[in-house]
Amino acid sequence: METQLTINGTQHKLDLDPRTTLLDALRHHLGLTGSKKGCDHGQCGACTVMVNGRRINSCLTLACMHDGDEVTTIEGIGQPDNLSPLQQAFVSEDGFQCGYCTPGQICSATAMLEEIANGWPSHVTGELDASAELTTEEISERMSGNLCRCSAYPNIVEAIRKAAGGGA
Amino acid sequence: MTEHFKMDAPATDRRLDDMAQGLVGAPLDRPEGPLKVSGTATYADEWQVDGLAHGVLVRAPGNSGRVVLANRNAVARMDGVLAVIDDDRLLRNPAQGTANEAPIQGPHHAAYMGQLIAVVVAESFEQARHAAQSLEVTLEGGTLMPVDPTTAAVEPQESKNLDQGDLDAAMETAAHSVDAIYTTPSHSSTPMEPHASIATWEGDDLTLRGSYQMLKYNRNELADALGIHPDRVRILSPYVGGGFGSKLGLAPEAVAASIAAKQVGRPVSVALQRPQVFEATMRRSETSQRVRLAADAEGRLTGLGHDALVSNLPGETFAEPILQASHFLYAGANRRMSMDLARVHRLCAGSVRAPGEAVGVTALENAMDELAHEIGIDPVELRRRNIPEKDPESGKDYSSRRFREALDSGAEAFGWADRPGVKERREGEWLIGYGMASAARVNVLMESQARVTLLPDGRARVETDMTDIGTGTYAILGQIAGEMLGLPRDAVDVVLGDTALPPASGSGGSWGASSSGTSVYVACQAIRRQLAERLGGEEADLTLKDGSATFDNQTRPLAEILDGDEIVKLAHLQPGDTSDAVRQATFGAYFAEVAVHAASGETRVRRMHGSFAAGRILNAKTARSQCLGGMTFGIGMALTEELAFDPRDGHVANHNLAEYHIAVNADVPQLTVELLEERDDWANPMQAKGIGELGICGAAAAITNAIFNATGVRVRDYPATLDKVIAGM
Repeated sequence: METQLTINGTQHKLDLDPRTTLLDALRHHLGLTGSKKGCDHGQCGACTVMVNGRRINSCLTLACMHDGDEVTTIEGIGQPDNLSPLQQAFVSEDGFQCGYCTPGQICSATAMLEEIANGWPSHVTGELDASAELTTEEISERMSGNLCRCSAYPNIVEAIRKAAGGGA
Repeated sequence: MTEHFKMDAPATDRRLDDMAQGLVGAPLDRPEGPLKVSGTATYADEWQVDGLAHGVLVRAPGNSGRVVLANRNAVARMDGVLAVIDDDRLLRNPAQGTANEAPIQGPHHAAYMGQLIAVVVAESFEQARHAAQSLEVTLEGGTLMPVDPTTAAVEPQESKNLDQGDLDAAMETAAHSVDAIYTTPSHSSTPMEPHASIATWEGDDLTLRGSYQMLKYNRNELADALGIHPDRVRILSPYVGGGFGSKLGLAPEAVAASIAAKQVGRPVSVALQRPQVFEATMRRSETSQRVRLAADAEGRLTGLGHDALVSNLPGETFAEPILQASHFLYAGANRRMSMDLARVHRLCAGSVRAPGEAVGVTALENAMDELAHEIGIDPVELRRRNIPEKDPESGKDYSSRRFREALDSGAEAFGWADRPGVKERREGEWLIGYGMASAARVNVLMESQARVTLLPDGRARVETDMTDIGTGTYAILGQIAGEMLGLPRDAVDVVLGDTALPPASGSGGSWGASSSGTSVYVACQAIRRQLAERLGGEEADLTLKDGSATFDNQTRPLAEILDGDEIVKLAHLQPGDTSDAVRQATFGAYFAEVAVHAASGETRVRRMHGSFAAGRILNAKTARSQCLGGMTFGIGMALTEELAFDPRDGHVANHNLAEYHIAVNADVPQLTVELLEERDDWANPMQAKGIGELGICGAAAAITNAIFNATGVRVRDYPATLDKVIAGM
């Protein structure tokens, strides 16, 4: 099935088995293995990418459903010699250990900071119409769809706080 | 020539303290960090291999009987399908850690529900998945086998039993005593990267790109399973997406991929699906533990009993070593310990982070809390009063043991003095409690080899088949070499995870850093001696720093001294007499504050602190992260983690991450960790001990003890879910 995807700013024309998930399109057909397969059914967050600016689990959606969409993966956020501030903060705060959930954490955090900037409330936001502060509680709540078995959570929170420029 | 080093005597010279570069212990970033955060570190199932075919494994639908693949011919004709394989050599279950040979093999008879009995190979992953789902598997002639450890046949583990003094008499005459049974459920390691292998044959030579913790053993296990010589097998695992014990021994997907690749004549990738990780890797055995404590009026232990029931599959010798730390943590002249192993048809039981202590110390620490409450003394003080002078069973000295300091320093850092009385503090709908527990884990040194090359340009390269499973191996081996050779960290390249390199200890049992690190240390010592020889002096008089050597008041760059040569040293570490001469262990203390909801029984961990003593810390940043990980496993164990087995057929009812609840970010507060300064001369020449597991060895008890402090409810059946807490309120 022909599908056109713009991935990290580059257009790709793919002819895929319609059963191919967006995650497997990236990993098996485009060599973009930065997005990880942790559970393959939307429970761990390791496959998080941004589609048209919003974070999604790429294992839970078929590639052919995204014809014409813009996809940002970890490879588009920064490269080893050109890391984004968030990636750099994950390194300096040790916001990972084995590193397998890390691209998903960083994609998720990148989009999450946008969500806060746009005034989206979360479960722990006190007032629905007030802007959310970047507290530990808010970060933890909003990052809880990204599991980390090594349990770098406290460092992930610090990395996000640091990259976002301090915060409360 | 190989430098041999055997750890036969304490290393009192503490040479690392004499070095000038200042790298060892420093909280340096992981050198592979930029690769991991940019998604460019290559994990097992990510290698770009030409002509790759995909295999998907198929599970047994019951726990006994002959396996019949009813429609295999029809499946074999499905689009893209290359093979349906149920080769005799497929593994029944993974190998145990350090097994060094294949585990029980054979897919034709089911031993547990979820056993992987066939692999379907196809051109694409989608085709393979569909075909595997289409394969009809039936079991002929089977009956339901025992799955409940409390009623199954039991084998006493007599070699593990201890009967010292008279515990019964001590319990009878005790001023205060505790006699309680604690149960813990099975746990799954469930690392974020599912087990995966890509097998590629060139003639009779196999390259396996896998996700494994102990490559030298895994190579022998794979060769044995396939019936080929180990020299024909190369395993690559430069990056491992977590292991926690589940990747110690060879797992079913590696053998399936290897057989499939040979059969279809192409490289084949086989990855476990997440439910298969839960059903067919390793579980930590569930445990039932009776703990007896007898104490005098002042809380001095006169007796300690610990009897455990664990389980495993028929044919497996591993029995969760519950009693490991109970033997040495506390005093008490009268001691009795025993282990029973029940035979059940559940998935294989094996090592999950800190086998033994993770659950054994937890039960012991719950009992200590009960005793402190019974006597009416501070739980910290009860522990302080029972720190034995010598090992209470062997009479041996301890090596280094900053246990008392960890208790005191941890209590101070946490603010333990502010501990409320039982059910005394309430904030709105939340009941607030504090709890603490001790941490203890045996320390082990294992055989390990490494090659260090000082290159003509003054850079260095470390090579070993050691793995980094998130533990920080890339960081610390570079730090050790840089420290010893006087090189900045970025002047040392560390190459790991390839069986073509010198065989290391592997990552497991918390021994990886000290064992592989010592082999690097020994190789560097040999390089230092050779440098000193070139300069006409003694190694002891040589100062190496920032790529230069200072000797006899002259400083020269290493590149100039090397004069175009390189120095290569292969080091071979073997454990020696110090392993048995003293009791070697790591110690610590946890402190937790919980809030328990008065109406629902929901427990939230508000604060948690750990103070740990594990010898010399090699990298304060990565060591701290190991402790964070262990403590978080403890939070999961205390509150949510439980493999639920169907009582009829023993299948894992919650075989996914939505139903097996590991801690998520919101479950974990900003944990604090203190690493105490310590040197253990008996451990190894670096005076470092293991820290990868210490953080979990009792952690859950700090939380359940805090629940008691908040609510007056003792939950002795883990995890402390809402129903169990509310039932007691």
